[in-house]
Amino acid sequence: MQQTLLELNDVHKSFGSFKVTDGMNLALDEGQALGIIGPNGAGKSTLFNLIAGGLKPDQGTVAFDGKDVTQQPVHQRCHAGIGRSYQIPHPFANMSVFENLLVGAAFGTRRSEVDCYDGCIEILRRTGLLKKANKPAGSLTLLERKRLEMARALATEPKLLLLDEIAGGLTEQECLALVGTIQDIHAAGTTIIWIEHIVHALLSVVGRLMVIDFGKKLDDGDPQEVMDNPKVQEIYMGISAE
Amino acid sequence: MNTQMKTEQFSVVRNTTTSRGAAVVTAMILIALISVPFWAGRADLRMIIEFAYYLSLAQMWNLLAGYAGLVSIGQQAFVGLGGYMLFVLAIYFNVPPIMAVFLSGLIVALFAIPTALTVFRLRGAYFAIGTWVVAEVYRLGFAQVTTLGGGSGQSLPASIVREIGSGRSEREMIIYFTALFIAVASIGLVYWLLRSKHGLSLTAIRDSEAASDSLGVDIFKTKLAVYVISAGITGVVGALIFLQKLRISPDAAFNLQDWTAAVIFIVVIGGIGTIEGPIIGTLIYFILRGVLADYGSVYMIVLGVVAVVMMLKAPQGVWGFLSKKYDLHLFPVHRRLKAKDELE
Repeated sequence: MQQTLLELNDVHKSFGSFKVTDGMNLALDEGQALGIIGPNGAGKSTLFNLIAGGLKPDQGTVAFDGKDVTQQPVHQRCHAGIGRSYQIPHPFANMSVFENLLVGAAFGTRRSEVDCYDGCIEILRRTGLLKKANKPAGSLTLLERKRLEMARALATEPKLLLLDEIAGGLTEQECLALVGTIQDIHAAGTTIIWIEHIVHALLSVVGRLMVIDFGKKLDDGDPQEVMDNPKVQEIYMGISAE
Repeated sequence: MNTQMKTEQFSVVRNTTTSRGAAVVTAMILIALISVPFWAGRADLRMIIEFAYYLSLAQMWNLLAGYAGLVSIGQQAFVGLGGYMLFVLAIYFNVPPIMAVFLSGLIVALFAIPTALTVFRLRGAYFAIGTWVVAEVYRLGFAQVTTLGGGSGQSLPASIVREIGSGRSEREMIIYFTALFIAVASIGLVYWLLRSKHGLSLTAIRDSEAASDSLGVDIFKTKLAVYVISAGITGVVGALIFLQKLRISPDAAFNLQDWTAAVIFIVVIGGIGTIEGPIIGTLIYFILRGVLADYGSVYMIVLGVVAVVMMLKAPQGVWGFLSKKYDLHLFPVHRRLKAKDELE
């Protein structure tokens, strides 16, 4: 039996009269990799904020790992096991890459600093950042910053990893390399939710795909079936024609 | 100075060649400073005392604003409170003056907790103004207390002054060493904080609050701790300042210009968000003040011009500029990963 790791129950969120999340229900099993697509402004990043705790829903509940976390602040949800990478990287620019990871490891897992060294070195190796360990994070290229976002989130040892448009802006080759890393992370047992516009990258990792439009779930299920849904194609062609 | 940690092929180190050199120089300066009262004149002694308390105030404001992002313009609240607590403890509770200096800091730290819970509701510029308002409230409040001299203030009774030391030179020597101790302790505290696990969260909050939050850093708790610690030490410095002055009044104690504006100038000029910055800033401030002492109000105009030019040309301050250009770190707080190959 698979355990349900994340459960959203009738979650609503409005900014003024604009409904960004409109009655969202979602149950995600441990070990799954869920991809989310949808047009700009469909409410994808808002959904991440509701899951990670940056926003509180107007109505509905968020449960994680069997506990209601609706009222928990961001840092407590991180302790509970929700790791998040931002769409626009937020590096600690004046700290080294290694120190960036140490923050996540030492505070996300609440261990002593020294106990985190080995784990951080291992994550640097896995994410291809080891050579840059002593560089200030502010000096990294876009690809490296995106890798750092992910590496830092991994350092908190998340049960659930939220990736927000991590492949956006990368070249084809960079994108392929990143996909390989994400596949490895998933294979190691981490549950993943990945928001991405670059569908082929997404489909090479996820086993389940959800489409959001106007804050509502349009379709959810097997990636191929979802992509074949005429309604999805209509919306999706709409954005790829831009 | 050698913090090492062995992993399989890596070790984590903090010290650099410049920092080892700096440690030797620091030790030499410290020894020189300890010898000062035995050969220098009164004026020199007083200047170093003042230097020491400005340096401590600057370290504390830097911890607050440079690391925790709490830009307070109301630190005079804690200088004044510290000063008044000294008078209260020494006069009404017969606490020996030097002990009262440190006890005052503890009481000020307690005062800082409800103050923090009030001003922490405000953000950014509103927070800054809020802290100023709180300081004004304290000033007006103490002006109402007639037993402490009301608006015109009071002097420390001669009997208590004699408790510090029997003669004037003995008193000055004791105050000198207390000031030196407080300055060294403030630098030491910030240095220790930054090298510990707390240093990671402080520098992380400085660079990005949003990311720190999602990586599990409790920002509220961290900021509260920084606010209370910095208030407590600012209070100790305040108590010492008025022990030296032997006289306190609300206007002198809760003075925005002396205890916060000058300190902000020091930190910004020297380099905010570094340990070295406040030290360099205090040096620059004292040099400018010495050179311009005879020019009256021109002095303030020059300080203002220096501040504006620095903010436009080198917003990271003198130390920020030098440290970036020459990769200098006198106080090594960064962790470096060392390995035989693999790393650049």
